Amino acid sequence: MSAGVEDVRASGTSEESTTPLRAVGRPEAVARRALGRTPRVGAAPSRATSTIVLVLAGVFFLVPIAAMVEFSLRQGRTGSYTLQHYAAVLDPAQEYAYDGLFQGTLNSLAICAITVLIVLLVLLPTMILVELRYPALRRALEFVCILPITIPTVVIGVGFLPVYSVIARLVGSDAWSLAFAIGIIVLPYAYRPIAVNLQGLDVAMLSEAARSLGAGWGTVMVRVLVPNLRRGILASCFITIAVVLGEFTIATFLSRTTFQTALVLIQHTDPYVAVIFALLALVFGFVLLLVIGRLGAVRRRA
Amino acid sequence: MAIESPAQPPRSLVSEGAAVELVDVVKEYGGHRALAGVSLTMRPGEFVALLGPSGCGKTTVLRSLAGLERIDGGRIRIDGADVTAVPVNKRDIGMVFQSYSLFPHLTAVQNVQFGLEMRRVDAASRARRAREALEMVGLGSLGARYAHELSGGQQQRVALARALVTRPRVLLLDEPLSALDAKVRVQLREEIRRIQIELGITTLFVTHDQEEALAVADRVAVMHAGAIEQVGAPEELYSTPATPFVADFVGLSNRVEGEVRAGRVLVHGAELPLLREEVQDGPVIAFVRPEDVLFADSGVPATVVSSSFLGSVRRTLVRLPDDTLLSVQHETSRRPAAGERVHVRFGGRAVSVSPRPARG
Repeated sequence: MSAGVEDVRASGTSEESTTPLRAVGRPEAVARRALGRTPRVGAAPSRATSTIVLVLAGVFFLVPIAAMVEFSLRQGRTGSYTLQHYAAVLDPAQEYAYDGLFQGTLNSLAICAITVLIVLLVLLPTMILVELRYPALRRALEFVCILPITIPTVVIGVGFLPVYSVIARLVGSDAWSLAFAIGIIVLPYAYRPIAVNLQGLDVAMLSEAARSLGAGWGTVMVRVLVPNLRRGILASCFITIAVVLGEFTIATFLSRTTFQTALVLIQHTDPYVAVIFALLALVFGFVLLLVIGRLGAVRRRA
Repeated sequence: MAIESPAQPPRSLVSEGAAVELVDVVKEYGGHRALAGVSLTMRPGEFVALLGPSGCGKTTVLRSLAGLERIDGGRIRIDGADVTAVPVNKRDIGMVFQSYSLFPHLTAVQNVQFGLEMRRVDAASRARRAREALEMVGLGSLGARYAHELSGGQQQRVALARALVTRPRVLLLDEPLSALDAKVRVQLREEIRRIQIELGITTLFVTHDQEEALAVADRVAVMHAGAIEQVGAPEELYSTPATPFVADFVGLSNRVEGEVRAGRVLVHGAELPLLREEVQDGPVIAFVRPEDVLFADSGVPATVVSSSFLGSVRRTLVRLPDDTLLSVQHETSRRPAAGERVHVRFGGRAVSVSPRPARG
C-alpha cells in the first residue's frame, strides 16, 4: 500500500530515501572490518534463516489447507478418494439439503454489498471532509474507527441486541440489516488503507488546484480525489468483503443466517460440504488478495 | 535538462489583461486579524509582486483574490465587476501553488487539459491548446509524463501551462519557485516574466524573497503585519522606502544608532539628510545601505570582521568601536583581511530612520 504513496512523492524524496540505507550500511562495514567476519546482530537474517522461517510459516498455513482438501475428497472410511462430495453440492436433487448454506451465502453477499456501500458513502466522504475541513478531528475519527477492534466482538454482539430490537421494528429482521452492525465491525479494517492513501496525498491542495481550474466540489471528488485514492478505496472494499464473509459472532447473537452460521450448521450433518465451502471461501479470499496486489502493481507502473 | 527552447506563446493564449482592485479587505482568523484593510489596485497586464516576511498575510491576500478564503470585510473587483461573493471555480483565475499541485493520476497534458474540460471545450481544441501551452513553457515533448516522472522545475512549468491554458483573467502565483533550487528558480522566474509580458496577463506574484520580487515585478507591494506598507516600482522601494520596515526589509540595510536633530540625523559623527523630514528629534535607528558606507583614509575607525566576494562587488563586515557591525559594499580591487584596521565614512545619501528608546 505504501508503494503508491511513495510514487506520488518520489520526485521530492528520492534523496532522503537513499540516506538511511547508507547510514545502515556504514556501521556494518566498520564492524565487519573490526571483527574480520560478517556480524549478524541487528542485520537482515541470513539466507538460511529466512528460508527456514519461510518454510515453517508455509507449513503452518499449508498443512491445514492440505488436510481440508484431503478430507473433502475422502470416501467415507474406505480410505479411497472421490469427487462425489463436490458433485453433491451441484446436484439439484440434493438442493434442499444445502438450502441453508446457499441462503446464508446469498445473505452474506448482500451484506457485503451494503457494507461496501456504507464504506464508500459514509466512511470515505467523512474521511475526506475531515481531511479538508476539520483536520483537528483527524485523531478523533481515527480513534472512533479503530475502537471496534479493541472491543471483543462478543461484547459488541451483546450490545447490539437491544439496538436491533429497534432496527427490527423499523426495517424488519431480514439478514441484510446485519450490515449496519457489520459496518461497524469492519471500520478498523476499512479505515486503514484509505487513511494511508490519504496521508500520501495533499488533498487540500489538489482540491484547491482543481477548483481554481473551474471544478465544482462534485467534480473534485469524482475526477480528482477518488482516482487518486483508488488503491486505498479498493483495498478497503476487498478487506471489508473478506471480513463480512468471515463474520460469525454478530450473526449468531442476532440469529441471522449468514455464510458462517450456515457453515457451522451444515457441519453437523455434512462435514464434507462444510469443508468444501470453507475451501471455496479461502480461494475467494486468496483471489481478492491477488487482485489487491495486482492493482498495486498497475499503479506502480503508471 | 529536458526543456526545449520555448515556443512563442500562441495567439489563443494572449489576453487583454484585467484590472484588479482590492478595497479595504479584512480577514480574521478566530479573533486574529490576518488582513487589516488591504487595498491594492492592479492595472491590466501588470505584474505585481506581493512581498513580505512569512506570516504577514501576503498569501491570504492572494487566496482572498482567488476566492479560496472568504473575506470578512471589503470588496474585490476584477474588471470592475464585484467578485467578492463569487466562488473560486467561477472566478476565472489561474493559479500556481507553492508545492507541486499536479494531479498525480493524470499525465502532464491531461493536467493541462483539465481546466479546458471543466469549460466544456471540445476534444480537438483541447488537445491543440494543451499542446501549445506545454510548448510555450518548453515542455512540448513531455506531455505523456506523469508528475512523478518530472523534475520540480518541470512540474511547476506544467502547473503554469495548466493555469494559463484557460486564458484566465488573472494569474496568481503563490511562491511558485520556493521549492526549487537556486538556479532553476532564477531561470523559471525569468521565464514566467517573459510569458507574462507576451501574454499580457495581469499577475499577482507572492514571495518572501525580495530579490525575486525586485527582479521581475512592475510594481512591488511590501506587506507587514496584515497591511501593505508601500507599493511602488522596485527602484522606488529601494531608494525611497516609505517606512522603516520597508527600508529594513527591502535590500540590505545597516541599522545604525543615531540621533535626529533639526531635520538631520547624526550617526557616528556624520550628519546625514533624512528621507522624510517630519521625524521628531530624538534617538533613532538609521537604515544605511552598504553602498552608502565607504572606506576612507580618516573617519570612524573600524576592524574588519569578514569580507565576501559577490561577483561584481565585494561586501565587507566591519566592527565599529561601539560594537556596531556595518556592512560596506565596495569594489573588488580592495581585499580587506580579517582583523585589518580601517576607517569608514558615510556617503551622505538620505536615510530612513525609526525611533528607538533612548538608552538609560
